[in-house]
Amino acid sequence: MRPSTTPRAADRAAAETSRATPASAARTRRQLLAGVLQRQGAAVVLVLVLATAWVSFPRFGGADNLRDLALQSSFLAVIALGMTFVIITGGIDLSVGSVYALGGVLAAYGSRWGFLGALALPLAVCGLIGLVNGILVARTRMAPFIVTLASLLFARGLLLAITNEGATTYQIHGGSAFLQLGRGTVLGLGVPVYLALALCAAGGVLLRHTRFGQSVFATGGAESSALLMGLPVARTKIVVYTLSGLLAGFSGAMTAAYLQSGVTVIGVGTELDAISVVVIGGTLLTGGAGTVLGTVIGVLLRNVIQNVINQIGTLDSNYQSVVSGGFLLAVVVVQRSLARPRAGR
Amino acid sequence: MAREGNTRVDDEPVLEVVEVSKRFLGVTALDRVSFALRAGEVHGLVGENGAGKSTLIKVLTGVHQPDGGELRQSGRRVAFGTPIQAQQAGISTIYQEVNLVPLLSIAGNVHLGREPRTRWGLVDWSRMNATAGELLADYGIHEDVRRPLGELSVGGQQMVALARAISVDARVVIMDEPTSSLEPREVETLLAVIGRLHRQSIAVLYISHRMEELYRICDRVTVLRDGRRVHTGPLAELDRIELVSRMLGREVGDIREHGATSFGHDRHAAKEPLLRAENLSSPHRLAGVSVTVRPGEIVGLAGLLGSGRSETARAVVGALPLDGGTVLLAGKPVRRNNIGAAMRAGISMLAEDRKADGIIPTLSVRENIVLAALPRLSRFGVVSRARQDRIVRAFMTRLRIKAVSPDQKVAELSGGNQQKVLLARWLCTQPTVLLLDEPTRGIDVGAKAEVQALIEELAEEGLGVLLISSEMEELVDGADRVVVLRDGAVVGELVGDQVTEDNVLAAIAAVDEGNPDD
Repeated sequence: MRPSTTPRAADRAAAETSRATPASAARTRRQLLAGVLQRQGAAVVLVLVLATAWVSFPRFGGADNLRDLALQSSFLAVIALGMTFVIITGGIDLSVGSVYALGGVLAAYGSRWGFLGALALPLAVCGLIGLVNGILVARTRMAPFIVTLASLLFARGLLLAITNEGATTYQIHGGSAFLQLGRGTVLGLGVPVYLALALCAAGGVLLRHTRFGQSVFATGGAESSALLMGLPVARTKIVVYTLSGLLAGFSGAMTAAYLQSGVTVIGVGTELDAISVVVIGGTLLTGGAGTVLGTVIGVLLRNVIQNVINQIGTLDSNYQSVVSGGFLLAVVVVQRSLARPRAGR
Repeated sequence: MAREGNTRVDDEPVLEVVEVSKRFLGVTALDRVSFALRAGEVHGLVGENGAGKSTLIKVLTGVHQPDGGELRQSGRRVAFGTPIQAQQAGISTIYQEVNLVPLLSIAGNVHLGREPRTRWGLVDWSRMNATAGELLADYGIHEDVRRPLGELSVGGQQMVALARAISVDARVVIMDEPTSSLEPREVETLLAVIGRLHRQSIAVLYISHRMEELYRICDRVTVLRDGRRVHTGPLAELDRIELVSRMLGREVGDIREHGATSFGHDRHAAKEPLLRAENLSSPHRLAGVSVTVRPGEIVGLAGLLGSGRSETARAVVGALPLDGGTVLLAGKPVRRNNIGAAMRAGISMLAEDRKADGIIPTLSVRENIVLAALPRLSRFGVVSRARQDRIVRAFMTRLRIKAVSPDQKVAELSGGNQQKVLLARWLCTQPTVLLLDEPTRGIDVGAKAEVQALIEELAEEGLGVLLISSEMEELVDGADRVVVLRDGAVVGELVGDQVTEDNVLAAIAAVDEGNPDD
């Protein structure tokens, strides 16, 4: 019964299928447009917002304001960088907000042992929390949501325990070299800006130009396929969660250096900020696609809008969340429409 | 690529399976299976679902470890703990479903896990894209390799998988039903590639349910049944009936009797239509399709993938949003776009993809069967267990569902039995019209014949059946009438003696000539 019995008919049938129908062409066009929107939407909006702000608010374009904007963005950017890797593998890391705060407190605590102590202590502890997250997610196959929710509570609890429920604030000694990590400037820009840029550049190269990066994409894009192709899926997951913990801890250390102390109340809800800027930046929440550059744009967009709302002055700063929330929803709706034709085949 | 006796095949086995056994939770999946794969041969592996083919493949590819026996490569004992170890040993596998990463670029997929690197240790994208492009050109793929793999057709993706498998310096390539989702022309390309592998002395283990393909390309064949090897030998020495009889373990006479389904033709024309679907329209999918089904009639829907076959069935049952058109059941209109209303009216559909749209693997056979009938079986929201059991037992017996008990998880059954569970689910909603979308896809010959015979029985009892099948033979043998679709529209209808493979193919392939059968 196979076409071999009537080869001519089969050939014509095959030719028929290869010709794109109008329906499929329309679908492809729509997908293409949605794809561009999803990948570049944040960049386009960022340019529009920047242009508007520049024209409307004379103080926006001032050197002080831009410097401040860059500095404020760098702390979130470092956290969101780790989150980008986690989300591309199809996971989520809810612990970063608590780990970020814990990192700050540990840095301040560790600063009594000098620069190295202030840096090594938060990195060691936060890296370990990330490592445990990764091992639990990869080896026990528990949902990342649950595992990292547990470590969110764990890190926040540990933080409260070592600060007597926040009553003890560890100060960083005024002469400590560690302060340079947060307060130092080079060519007018804060050191955290350079550190965040360097980390994001390294992260971009890691994601796009290494075998590890390819296996991050493959793990989130099709985990069972990645396994069958012999990729180190479990190791990839462990590495991304460890990375996320390390980066959140490092961002906390920079924040502590900037604030000269380990502030216990920061980082509440920061995980949600990080997730939203990553997704706004075009990373698929379902995993398998995303860029570091997009995440950086997402961070900038969030903080520029925040800044503009502050400039308006009459608007409550909480409107920043309203705008971010609305934008996030729009991005996710576009992602959904992108994913549907693929899933619905 | 016809196989003659003069193709020289090296007798030295490249891969040997020696007395391999594998048990799962006390159930024997493989029982001391032995066979050898020689360099340059295409070796068919056949058996019913549940015969142990999948388990054997998984043992060969390092997914499972054997409980007993051993694997030998070129005479030396080997053990594969993971798929990557098997790959490194030169054993590559193409799975039934494409196992690649759709969001990653085509080149990325070809090289995934072994990307060429610059001396800085970074991925060398330009070299990667260039080599992937050259490699794929050999397989008839001339797309931009930087595009996401997901944009290729399923056949194109399968070719990429094949190119990937062979480019890892494979000495053995295992193909698990590689053609099940390919278009005819893609099948030809695949078979041509297999011919090339043969000339390169690469051994191919070819698993397929399609007799035509097996007989076209295989040198030898191994038959598994109930976890045991029942036959290994040159395929040319076995005729089809003999091969099937070894797979099923039945006498040849039985098969001739059961295997061929034949229906009378042209005996329904006088009856009033049971189902009358008119002018079904949905943007980009259906452009005014009309179909009628009379009591006891089996109406086939023919057409290529994407022609609107499944969409028509889904529209009738209310699962595809419609812009226009009506569905009448026994003269009464059925509310549009509402699956519940269609079911209550007596229309049920067996969906094409039993894994995604059908079985719920973590539930038991019982739960899967009664799921759709629950509203009917319950009184004040309470479902009588005794009533459930009666119904489940009745269907398990009638459809010959092979399960340890009604409480066994459906995921543990073979594909054919899963399909029967689904059929039972829809039958116990007591439909008057049954829509079957690829009811025998991916199930073995024996189960297939049983399902086909069941469909025939049901039709004889007065059920109207709308049958969608990519297998021409199934349509031609099974259907009283065949409606041919192309690009979402009816392009022909064949009745009675007109229903032949040639006519159906001609109707599908005809380019804008109206009804080819007139």
